[in-house]
Amino acid sequence: MTQHSHAHDHDHDLAHHHDIHSELPSDPALRVKALESLLTEKGLVDPAAIDAWIEVYESKIGPRNGAKVVAKAWVDPAYKERLLRDGSNAIHELDFHGRQGQHIVAVENTPDVHNLVVCTLCSCYPLSVLGLPPAWYKSAPYRSRAVIDPRGVLKEFGLELPDHVKIRVWDSTAEIRYLVLPERPAGTERLSEEQLAALVTRDSMIGVGKVAAK
Amino acid sequence: MNTIHDMGGMHGFGAIDAERDEPPFHEAWEGRAGGILEVMTFPAGFTVDRFRYLRETLRPDLYLTQNYYEQWIYIAEQLLLESGMVSAEELARGAARSAKRTDAIRADAVWGFLHDRTHSGRDLDSAPRFVIGQRVRARTMQPTGHTRLPRYARGKTGSIVSHHGAHVLPDASAHGKGDRPQHLYAVRFAARELWGEDANPRDSVHLDLWESYLEPA
Repeated sequence: MTQHSHAHDHDHDLAHHHDIHSELPSDPALRVKALESLLTEKGLVDPAAIDAWIEVYESKIGPRNGAKVVAKAWVDPAYKERLLRDGSNAIHELDFHGRQGQHIVAVENTPDVHNLVVCTLCSCYPLSVLGLPPAWYKSAPYRSRAVIDPRGVLKEFGLELPDHVKIRVWDSTAEIRYLVLPERPAGTERLSEEQLAALVTRDSMIGVGKVAAK
Repeated sequence: MNTIHDMGGMHGFGAIDAERDEPPFHEAWEGRAGGILEVMTFPAGFTVDRFRYLRETLRPDLYLTQNYYEQWIYIAEQLLLESGMVSAEELARGAARSAKRTDAIRADAVWGFLHDRTHSGRDLDSAPRFVIGQRVRARTMQPTGHTRLPRYARGKTGSIVSHHGAHVLPDASAHGKGDRPQHLYAVRFAARELWGEDANPRDSVHLDLWESYLEPA
């Protein structure tokens, strides 16, 4: 065994990935079609299960879940206390479980503190309460800049924070998922929990926006 | 591994292109690619950490230019090939050379599958090494395999904000070495510690870091 291979023995499976690009269709639509048909033929996937998965994220799990959590926290101080103390269990109370939702920490925006969530290393996102992440959340510009230039990023989303506000960026490096509890806008005192939920945007729960009273 | 996926703090990628009323999928094949990698039969021992590691093995130029879901196809192909569930010949020809299995997840099981309670928390007998408020330094290290300690935090000093209990260690789990759970902490780094004097003194970045990533400061 050479010194080189010995030094890297603990990473035995590195760089053994298969260079298959030259043999496969360059059009991703064709490539995924070929893969699905091969896996179906081998019984490794059921196309109807793929349909069901797509339907879940197109129409069943999305930011409306998170909006219900936020609205409940706004109207129910005891729930808000539970949410900030143990986000996972408070969210499970509303029966939102599932992928990337077993460990959730809710972070509260106030007049003095603004929270912003990113995953610099990949695309970790609280799927159970926000659904699938938007393309910009997974993009190089957002992932690279949110940690080094949060104020510049927020400005691009139309949010200019006063200098005294502390920005806390949360880089989702583990299986903990972060949900921003945005500030309840002024002038919404008479709204019901349901009406409040309708105001809550996905962006406000990532931290790139505020909730407007409309 | 120190490759392009670890992009926190990089310059040059330009403005954020946020689309209004973005659909979950822009083209039908994106949903198919996403669905395959969620409901296919996985090789024994496959973990989310292996998934992330395989994405990191994508050539850096392709990582930056390929559509997100095209990268998922790459991940699916790689894990099928490395596990031997599909041969390179089958993939190239698009035709199966083995008998059909009958144990794939069915449509009526998808909702339950997406809502199973599996998670990365583990019981650990050993007491946490660090306490809330303690100053810690993220180690300087350059693992050639999977890790969740980004380069921008290595060697930097922060403080423990919370203890999340013990969790599966991705550095082990991504490489078939089991869970090897460790205590996991949220660590706050001042923006100035990470980025220098030009950063806003009020701002901070929090990372969730495993115990072996940290040393007392």
